[in-house]
This record gives sequence, C-alpha cells and structure tokens, in this order.
Amino acid sequence: MSAASMFSAWLVRRLAVACLAIALVTAPAMATTIERVVSPGGIVAWLVHEPAVPLIAIDFSFAGGSAQDPAGKAGTASLVAALLDEGVGDFDSKAFHARLERKAIELGFQADRDALRGTLRTLAENREEAFEDLRLALTAPRFDPADVEIIRAQIISNLRRATTSPSEIASIRWWQTAFANHPYGHPVNGTLESVPTVSIDDLKAYAHRVLARDDLKVAVVGDIDAEAVKAMLDRVFGGLPARADLAVVADVLPQGIGRRIVTRLDVPQTVIMFGGLGISRQDPDFMAAYIVNHILGGGSFSSRLYQEVREKRGLAYSVHDSLVWLKHAPLFIGGTATRAERATETLDIVQKEIARLADNGPTADELAKAKSFLNGSFPLNLDTSGKIAALLVQLQVDNLGIDYFTRRSKMIDAVTLADARRVAKRLLGGGLLVTVVGRPDGLLSSSAE
Amino acid sequence: MLKILPLLALLTAVGAAGSAAADPEVTHFTLTNGLEVVVIPDHRAPVVTHMIWYKVGAADETPGKSGLAHFLEHLMFKGTARNPDDRFSLAVAAIGGQENAFTTSDYTGFFQRVPRDHLKEMMAFEADRITGLVLTDAVVRPELNVVLEEQNMRVANNPNSRLAEQMDAALYLNHPYGRPVIGWRPEIEKLNRDDALAFYRRFYTPNNAIVVVAGDVTPEEVKADAEDTYGKVAPRADIAPRRRPREPQQEAPRTVTLADARVEQPSVSRYYLTPSRTTAKPGESQALEVLAHILGSGANSRLYRALVVEQKVALNAGAYYSDTALDYGKFGLYASPQPGKTLHDVEEAVDAVLTDLRENTVTPDELTLAKNRLIADAIYAQDNQATLARWYGAALATGETVEMVQHWPDEIRAVTADAVRDAARQWLDRRSSVTGYLVNSFRAAEKHS
Repeated sequence: MSAASMFSAWLVRRLAVACLAIALVTAPAMATTIERVVSPGGIVAWLVHEPAVPLIAIDFSFAGGSAQDPAGKAGTASLVAALLDEGVGDFDSKAFHARLERKAIELGFQADRDALRGTLRTLAENREEAFEDLRLALTAPRFDPADVEIIRAQIISNLRRATTSPSEIASIRWWQTAFANHPYGHPVNGTLESVPTVSIDDLKAYAHRVLARDDLKVAVVGDIDAEAVKAMLDRVFGGLPARADLAVVADVLPQGIGRRIVTRLDVPQTVIMFGGLGISRQDPDFMAAYIVNHILGGGSFSSRLYQEVREKRGLAYSVHDSLVWLKHAPLFIGGTATRAERATETLDIVQKEIARLADNGPTADELAKAKSFLNGSFPLNLDTSGKIAALLVQLQVDNLGIDYFTRRSKMIDAVTLADARRVAKRLLGGGLLVTVVGRPDGLLSSSAE
Repeated sequence: MLKILPLLALLTAVGAAGSAAADPEVTHFTLTNGLEVVVIPDHRAPVVTHMIWYKVGAADETPGKSGLAHFLEHLMFKGTARNPDDRFSLAVAAIGGQENAFTTSDYTGFFQRVPRDHLKEMMAFEADRITGLVLTDAVVRPELNVVLEEQNMRVANNPNSRLAEQMDAALYLNHPYGRPVIGWRPEIEKLNRDDALAFYRRFYTPNNAIVVVAGDVTPEEVKADAEDTYGKVAPRADIAPRRRPREPQQEAPRTVTLADARVEQPSVSRYYLTPSRTTAKPGESQALEVLAHILGSGANSRLYRALVVEQKVALNAGAYYSDTALDYGKFGLYASPQPGKTLHDVEEAVDAVLTDLRENTVTPDELTLAKNRLIADAIYAQDNQATLARWYGAALATGETVEMVQHWPDEIRAVTADAVRDAARQWLDRRSSVTGYLVNSFRAAEKHS
C-alpha cells in the first residue's frame, strides 16, 4: 500500500486466540437470499447467488482440528492444513502451485482447535479447474517427503520465534493451564517437542480420519447458480469417506481460575491475557452474554475496558475481550499490554471493571446502545463474498438454522435489563485465569484462592 | 503452503497496491473549495465506506517533531466545538458502524463504514472535523501515553520492527522517509498540544483533502451531499507544493545489524531505493511489480524455488515492491536461513538469483503467470469496496490520478521480459540499498557471516 508502515489508531489487536468465532450478525436488509442446496449425493451447501462480480468464494469446515491431533503429536492438524495445497494427485508441489497460479486460483486451509477449514477463491470463468484443484487437494494429497520437511522446518522456526514473543507465551501458558490433560491444552501449531515426531503416516491417517462428509459444512457465494453448485458438491466432496473417524473429545471446564501466572521476559511492554468460563452458543443466555461482552470489551471505543484503560488513563493501546465458543468449552478471553510500571494498576483496573459489571450489571443506557450497535452492524459483515461465505459456514457449525438472519435482531431486542444483569453475573462472576509476560513491577504469580 | 507470513514480510505492506480494475463507473470531481471527491458504486449491500484522506504524513513533519502526523491522527477523535468529546464516535457506534484511521509517510486517512442512509451524517461530522478540532491538555496527555504504548507494542517489543526502522533510516540518506511514521520515541515523548494544533492548522483544510465514497450510492447524491457538507468549509491555508529533500547519488551499499537476545530465528533482508508509481518513467513501476512477483511471490517464485526447495539453504524467502508513494518506492526482499546455514550462505544464494535476473530474461511462461496473477488481483478487489476505496485514496494522496489507477491492468499487460530484466539491472543496484541482519548477538553475527 505504501512505502511506509501504516499505523492505525483504533485497530483492535487480539492476543493469539486460536479459535475466535465470528462476530454475530443481525437481521439484514439482505440484497440477496440464502438458499439451501442439496446435491444428488446428499451434500448440503448454503448458497448466495450474487452475479454482480465475476468471482466465486467457497468456504468449508470439517469437524476435527487440533483436538484430533494424535496423543503426543500436537501440530498434526496444522501440518496437514499447510500441506493439502502442496502436491496433489499427479501434480507435485511445483506443478500444482503453477496450476493454481496460472488461473489465479486461491486455495487455503487452516486448522483451529475444533475444525479444519478451507477457502477457495476463483474467477467465475476458471471455476471448473478450481473445483478440480479443490477435489484433488481434499481427496489426493501427496504429502511428499520433501514438501513435508520444508513445511515442518517453517513451523518449527515459527515455534522457536514464539518462545520469546510475549503475546505467544501468554497465550500458550493460558491454554496449557486452562486445559491441562485435555486436547485443547496444546498449541494448535504444536510444540518444539511434538512437531518433529509427526510422521507422514500420521498426516495421511489424520487426513483420512477427518476429511469426511458427515460433519462437513459448505458455503458458496458469487457468480454461480444452484444447479452448478450441486454438481460441484458431488464432484469435489463426493469422493470423501461418508463418515469421519473422530476421537471422543470430552466437554471440559477451564482450570486454573483464580490463578495469575507471571513469566519473566526482558521486554519493555508487559502483555496480559485473561479469561474464564463463557456461555455456550446453544445456551438461551448466549445473546445476553454477547451483549454483556460487548459492553465490557467488545470491539467498540465505548466499551468499559476501553474507556477505563485506554481513554481515561492512557495505559494501553489495545484492550479487548471476546466470547470464544469452542465445541466443548465456552470461554471469554481478553487481553491488553502496558508498560512495566503500570502493569499492576492495569490488571487491577481490568479485574475491577469485570467485577463491577458482574455485581451491578450494565445500565439501561449501555444496554440500549449495545443493542443498537449489534443490530446496526449487520450489513457491514456482509459486503464481501469472503465475509458472507465465512459467516454462512459458522452459522452451520453453530447449528443456528438458515432463518437465523431473520431471527437475530428479535433475539437481541428481547434481552431485558434483568437478563443482562443476571447473565453478567453468570458470565463474569466466576473468576479469571490471568497470564502475564514481561517484567511487570510488583506482579508475582499467585495460586488459586 | 504455510499460511503464516514471515515476520519481516508482515512489517511491510506487501501486495499489488494501486492495482484497481478499470472501472468505468468511478466518478471524480472537485468542489469549489478545492476538496476532491471520488465515488465508487457497489450496490451489492446497503453499505457505504466513507473516507477522507489528507495529503500530509510523517514526511511532512518538521525535523525534531517526528510522530506528530500520527499523534494528530489520534487526537482527531477528541471532539470539536460543534461536536464535543466523543459525539462523532457515539453516532457511529449507535448505528453499528465501524471507524478507524491510519497514517503513513505521505498521508493521513479517516474512515467510517456505515449503513448507506447515514452517509450524509458522516460527511457532516467529517466536514466539521476538518477545521473544528478542540484540544485540551486533559485529553492530549493520556493520548500521548496511548501512542507510547502503541510504539511499545509495534516496535520496542519487536526486534523485527526495530531492525526495519534502522534500515529505513539507513536507506534514505536525506529524504524524510527515513523517519519512522510513529516517530522516534524521545521525540514522541515531547510532543504536545501546541505542536498538534499548529500542524493541524497548517495541513487540515479542504483544499488538501480527498474524500472517497464507495458503496451503495450514486455520484449525483454524493455530489449533492458533499456540496451541502464539505462544500461549506472554507479553505484556511495555502498548501505549498510537497517538495521534500531529494536523495543524493547513493554510492555505498549499507549494512545494518540488529542484535537482540530474543531473536530465535536470524534473517537477512534488503531494501533498494526505487521510483514510485508517481515518479517512475512510463512502464517502469509496472516492470518492477512483475519483477517482484517473479522473484519473490509464492512457492514457485525464483527465490523460494532456489533457496528453499532446491538448495535448502533457507526456510523462507520472498520479495515485494511498494509502489504507492509520492517520492520513492521501495523494493524489498528477505530470507531466513535453515538451521546450520549462515546469513552469509543465504545472502550469497539471494545474490546469485538476482544476478541471473539481471543477465537473462525471464521465461515467457513466468511472465504470463505473473501478469495474470497481478491482473486477477484487480478483479478480486472488486469484491471489496473498502479495498477499492483505499486504492483510489492512496493513489490520489500520493500524486497519481484516477486514470493511472484504471490503466494499471493494461500497463501490467504491456510489460515485456526485456523490461523486467532492465528493471532488475537498473534498480537492484547494491549502491542504493541497505541490507539488514537480525541476529541473536553480535558475536553470533561475526561467527556466522
């Protein structure tokens, strides 16, 4: 964009939270409608047919993710994701990259804790070749040894960098503590110990177990109609096994609530991460929790944390809080970063604000403003094909129904002040696990109360 | 491919900037007070992106006051006589809108993304803010601390960013692009209200601004609304031509080494001084764009193939060209050694690839692939109104014209293999470059180089 770096006054930077679900959206004035398409082979996709721009965006998700990494082999899902678009079928990695580049086809995969997700972007005129490329990536990945070693070395290098990055350390310590002895506890990208042990057989076995049709969610947006989508679905996904072979992952509560874990690192700015038990996406109180989180630290300058930490005291550039609804553990997670001599004060303010909202709930004015924001922000999340496709996949993963768009604003409007107060207590009254990295004056680790 | 970008690449704005599609619908006009307006229709969602770009950035600061353009950007959110405190931000939040701002060496921009019906309201707020800002020490002082925390987060805590700052300072012997946009910390610490207001009065005036509106609007309604709002703001300053000190003949390659005990992955990077899109001779910046793509974009690029796949000397390698700037562009490349290889090994391998590109023409296939990909980027951009708005705004704020943006795909199409070779010969000249080494300790640097 320019010769110089770009600086942003309001950019909200999140700590490395591996599974951040998408922001919720309200009933829109949709320019187009969502259609549920079922292929002759029984594969479902949600489609928005939008011919105005000659592009097609496809997003999809397979249940699995790093929670399905074999024991001791953390990082398997990430390695698989990074390798699915290397060599496929008869094409080695060089030939496959050339095929993609020749038609400007963008294909990518990513693992989070619960899922292996992918995206395809193509010009409409190149769709047949793009669909074939995606089919090959899903059904015939090669995992050639040379490619595996290149990607493995890159991941190990990134893991090594993470060992001295304050935000990475804060995140790794948080997850490790909250989910000790649970698959959510290990970093999605694995560890320096585990990644070297993942074999090519492990990668092939993972792909075979996870890439299947029974918990597949697909969204298609762009210049393509329902009939063409049906044909695409059977062609691309039809060759996958009917059923995934997933290990059982237990529902779990975050551990270490009440603890503060301080890691010494010689950096000028201290990084603070905090979080606790959230509220499930299927819980009747979810929408109230979403509103309460917005008031506390969600995305807008008007949040209490933003006002108290940044605006009034200038303690931090970024302070934020989000709901993270993992399949087996709903959470809320937030973070900030400040100078060493103000770290104690900053953490104190964050904790006081959380306690104050838990004890007294929001005001009627805050509730009204939060509803107004959350209702009004909807169309802004639907102005590119990629954003729409990602949202449609998430709604399917969350099992919210294709009519969710028409229900959402009513669900928001239905939250009363009494609901918000009750749910604030429920969401924020349970205590926090805090990780701190840097050289904070006067802050020491503490055990649970 | 691994979707984690190397850290060095993240620090620079990578991409085919300035490359919007030829869109005959883009409208451009100037109000009688000198304010320029660009309208980019996109009727897919009832949303509008409204931006104002001031033709002032860090390179326009008085020496000794580095960081002032960016500090003022933050202070622009502190209210005016007519709309005191955070009334503007509250109005954006009340309708679920998004807002943000950014500063580079050449421009400062502010934007809102809102439901279409609120465009005029945003214009009225933004017009008021051109000349109406009110600042008190009570709001200025905490915000200075926020900026210092931003510097901590982006630069002080991050060895890669610290190296990039030092490299820029070494690349420009005389031009103010050598100053960090966020400023040098000791100078940021001394900035105050009077500095900010003096800078504001000198540069914030309608005859120094460009408004870009992208979204569900017609040029006619935008023109009428702009005349009703922006049109009422009288120019308050004469704007002198932006003539910054020029670079002298650069005669000596520079090297910069940054040692930090936290560096777990050493790397080498290099910047070459080049023309920008604005200052280049016809075809020159397009040839540099194609050269950067062939040299260092993706897994089949020359650098990645040679260093990572074939010679196995590097974990990662790439190149980019930043073309959008008033005075100079920048051509960058980077590589990180494999364990067991030195920075010297990597740099030698990079230089061998560059020598080949200076001596021999690229293959017809490489040329076609690169051009197809770059031109496709312009079509993909049509899917994102905010991206289009940014491209036009950045181009106009750095001395380009709407026509230059629109002709970009055709100019890329016209690039020949000879032009790519000539660009490599002329601009990848060590005498006008700086090479940066990121290492764990100076002793390690000596041992390995």
